[in-house]
Amino acid sequence: MKEKPIRVLIAKPGLDGHDRGAKVVAHALREAGMEAIYTGLHQTVEQIVEAALQEDVDVIGLSILSGAHLPITEKLMKLLAEQDMADVPVIVGGNIPQRDTEKLKALGVAGVFPTASQFEAIADFIREIVSQRRG
Amino acid sequence: MSRKEIKLKDVVLESGIEVKPIYGPEDVADIDYERDIGEPGSYPFTRGIHKYMYRYRPFTMRQYAGFGTPKESNERFKFLISQGQNALNVAFDLPSQMGLDSDDPRAWGEVGRVGMSVDTLKDMEIAFEGIPLDKVSVSLTINAVTAIMLAMYITVAEKQGVPLAEIRGTTQNDILKEYIGRGTWIFPVEPSIRLIGDTIEFCAKHVPKYYPVSVCGYHIRESGANPVQEIAYAYAIACAYIDHVLERGLSVDDFVERISFNFDIFGNLWEQVAKFRAARRLWAKIIKEKYGATNPKAMQMKMIAGGGGGGLTIEQPENNIVRSAYYALISALSGTQTMALCSYDEAYTIPTEKAALISLRTMQILIEEMGLADTVDPLAGSYYIEWLTNEMEKKIVEEMKKVEEMGGIVKAISEGYVQREVARQAYLYEKGIQEGTIVKVGVNKYRMEEEERDVQLHEYKPEQAEEQIRRLNQVRVERDGAAVSEALEKLRHAAEGTENLMPYILEAVRAYATVGEMTQVLKDVFGEFKEPVGL
Repeated sequence: MKEKPIRVLIAKPGLDGHDRGAKVVAHALREAGMEAIYTGLHQTVEQIVEAALQEDVDVIGLSILSGAHLPITEKLMKLLAEQDMADVPVIVGGNIPQRDTEKLKALGVAGVFPTASQFEAIADFIREIVSQRRG
Repeated sequence: MSRKEIKLKDVVLESGIEVKPIYGPEDVADIDYERDIGEPGSYPFTRGIHKYMYRYRPFTMRQYAGFGTPKESNERFKFLISQGQNALNVAFDLPSQMGLDSDDPRAWGEVGRVGMSVDTLKDMEIAFEGIPLDKVSVSLTINAVTAIMLAMYITVAEKQGVPLAEIRGTTQNDILKEYIGRGTWIFPVEPSIRLIGDTIEFCAKHVPKYYPVSVCGYHIRESGANPVQEIAYAYAIACAYIDHVLERGLSVDDFVERISFNFDIFGNLWEQVAKFRAARRLWAKIIKEKYGATNPKAMQMKMIAGGGGGGLTIEQPENNIVRSAYYALISALSGTQTMALCSYDEAYTIPTEKAALISLRTMQILIEEMGLADTVDPLAGSYYIEWLTNEMEKKIVEEMKKVEEMGGIVKAISEGYVQREVARQAYLYEKGIQEGTIVKVGVNKYRMEEEERDVQLHEYKPEQAEEQIRRLNQVRVERDGAAVSEALEKLRHAAEGTENLMPYILEAVRAYATVGEMTQVLKDVFGEFKEPVGL
């Protein structure tokens, strides 16, 4: 039986309007054979969690370029836990300074992919965590 | 090896133009100097909009600045002015740009982060305290809520004793490009264009020295468009605003000279210079031939052209200082009116004071040491540049035709066509970099293993958000609540009709209504934009 394709939600939380990276990564994941669902701009964390649930995604990818990645991710992780969805891996991309990578991981983020990350590295990482989760 | 066997690599510019290794007189044989190039300051303004350009007055230097509270921003503004910057370009934080008050739950984590917070007139008063608004021209990088911020700015200038007729400056106020890139839209397309029309009409009648709209190819290019599309989409957008204002009964000669442009610089040097020369000529033709203008000033394409963030890299960040210097050179060779450079640390976050100062010094070195002000349009007459200028113009015209065939720019944006096209190109560009077909030094060539990048970054201070909210609450307590309610009701009523909203917004601003309150009234009447999400 053919394995179900990996579904990834690419989400733009908060007020940040920079969507070039989110769209580029969504394109790249599709090229890599995954199903990428893009939320569009200005999503609240509640909307993102709801979309993740409705779309039954394997991974949530947050794209944040305003610098607000720490407070936004913290809020999202909390809500995921409350909704019994803590097992859905979250990856974060955007303008993320190196010093914040560990802080994001401490919040429970599975992977951090700053601006200029390689498509292949992102896709490989997603495949890896999804195969672990699917078992 | 005999000469015949030399195999040269093909060169194709981002805009799809093939470049020969050598150009000569035959490539420019069709050019008529008077008709196609013209003297600087004369139609079709290919060489520049002023006769003596920088020899008479150097380009304006206008670094983008603003963060934290208005008080902090005020200090940065004064620092930049003390260092020889002769104009300001104000960055607003995202809540202010999105019409949310600092204590709105949706603003949480964003207050004062990428620009300064403005909730009420009080904040604008603090931001410009001690800065003479009759001498310093101020550009406000604001879009969806421009009418509100412009009303605040006008009120502060008036309080400083500057008459309306003397207020100078610019608001970005280009909502159509926000739907393509940058993303700080609020209202649907039609009412957003109406608000822009209101500001243009109001300024044409009352604030004649003000530039109410700066149409941005910049963000369209930063989002992935090629240089030809950058100009073509921006011009299509500018024409959409012009068409709207013409319906109000104004004449092109009355207001088009007050529409300026904001363009982007990165990539191939020659392509950018030719892009701007072609763009100036084409704009002059459009305004004269299509709109029948007779006022030469209306035909002059005035621009801020700056080094774009899209060209900068997170890898080996100091290389960005060098890149920005080349972008500045391109900008000066292109006859810009105003220059701004993204700073070397902006691939990470908003710039530190040191990084902003290096950008300012880069522009000063160029004009003071390198002879860029000596003579006008020094590349004119180059076989290659004049040929390429012609090719770029042809390509821009073709691209504008494509937009028209789609039913015009408003439809193409509303339905997401332009966004999809731009996103597709962004993907291909990124793919090109990852595959090495597009070279970025330090990224896919001459790469180094960088352990910990040693860049001093701007620090965000969350306590300033608390201070901002405290001041907002204080204003709410001290203001005349009844006057605010009355002004907001009048604004609502006017928004439901067709009147120009500027007088109503001015009244609400003067009563210290908040940005969030005024925006909510407009949202109630206009609704909100539904993004056509598609890839």
